Amino acid sequence: MDCDGVVSGVRMGEASEEVHVLAVDDSLVDRKVIERLLKILACKVTAVDSGLRALEYLGLDQHKIPSQSNGFVEGLKVDLIITDYCMPGMTGYDLLKKIKESSTFREIPVVIMSSENILPRIDRCLEEGAEDFIVKPVKLSDVKRLKDYGVGGRINKRKLPDTTEPDLSSSPPSDSSSLLSSSPSISPSPPSIIDSPIRRLKMTTATHD
Amino acid sequence: MERSQPRRQVAAMKQSLFDQGLLDEQFIQLEELSDDANPNFVEEIVTLYYRDSSRLISSIEQALKERHTLDFNKLDTLMHQFKGSSSSIGAKKVKAECTLFREYCRTGNAEGCMKTFQQLKKEYASLRKKLEAYFQLARQAGPMETACRPK
Repeated sequence: MDCDGVVSGVRMGEASEEVHVLAVDDSLVDRKVIERLLKILACKVTAVDSGLRALEYLGLDQHKIPSQSNGFVEGLKVDLIITDYCMPGMTGYDLLKKIKESSTFREIPVVIMSSENILPRIDRCLEEGAEDFIVKPVKLSDVKRLKDYGVGGRINKRKLPDTTEPDLSSSPPSDSSSLLSSSPSISPSPPSIIDSPIRRLKMTTATHD
Repeated sequence: MERSQPRRQVAAMKQSLFDQGLLDEQFIQLEELSDDANPNFVEEIVTLYYRDSSRLISSIEQALKERHTLDFNKLDTLMHQFKGSSSSIGAKKVKAECTLFREYCRTGNAEGCMKTFQQLKKEYASLRKKLEAYFQLARQAGPMETACRPK
């Protein structure tokens, strides 16, 4: 629906300041709201209306096995995926699983939104690797909380998907590269959000809001 | 000081909408998302809501016509979607009717569903008129601290 399309061009070695969020929600009203919230926090937003469209956008064709699908789209840089849980067809949970199965995109933080505050659902999502869970209706404070993932903050270094990048776990935590860089620099998320390496790796760059 | 009168009217109208239980905190949250570049954000969202949800209302209406063979699952799914949007704009009373409707779906109460839906449509239409009046007044009053919280 509101697809901006692929981010222009392959910019080798050039840093991009903007955080790019892929928002997935079948509700038009909710898409508009989340879009506004993210834009207020200076993010670039691509909003799609289904899990399938999200996978298409990421280059993960659903007919291919996700782990084998490269999913490399020239110039595409997604820093955060925020998705509704209850969607017809593919749920946010299904989408989360597909993303975590993808070698290209498993490092991207995925946040789930749901109108229903169901604890087993939340646990299931976190266990599957979701970074956070937002109960709808979504407010600015909910999205501001995602600042730890770079939303609303300034990112210094951006890398394009590159499988030769070293794993961050072998480099010091004070490494200034963005934890949201597309390179696989983040170890897989453990079940508990408190133990999440994303939360432990605090942004060293200044955030502004 | 002349501009304070319309502003007070806007605030009073908003207070009234809250006192009547028609709006909740989410509405204020949306108002706070307006800025100079997007001064009418809430109005745009509300307009979008009414436009977008009308098809859901029609679908539910259509599904309720089945009378004796109601598909409660389908009704519940449709209402879940409608409730979500209503919640996102802070339509408190409409949302409450949605919750009630879904309860009747869960217990397979056709009568309850139909009665609740009639009430829901009334609230939905009434809110629309009231918000239209509110937005019109707000636009006349000019940019202000629209996100002033009602008591």
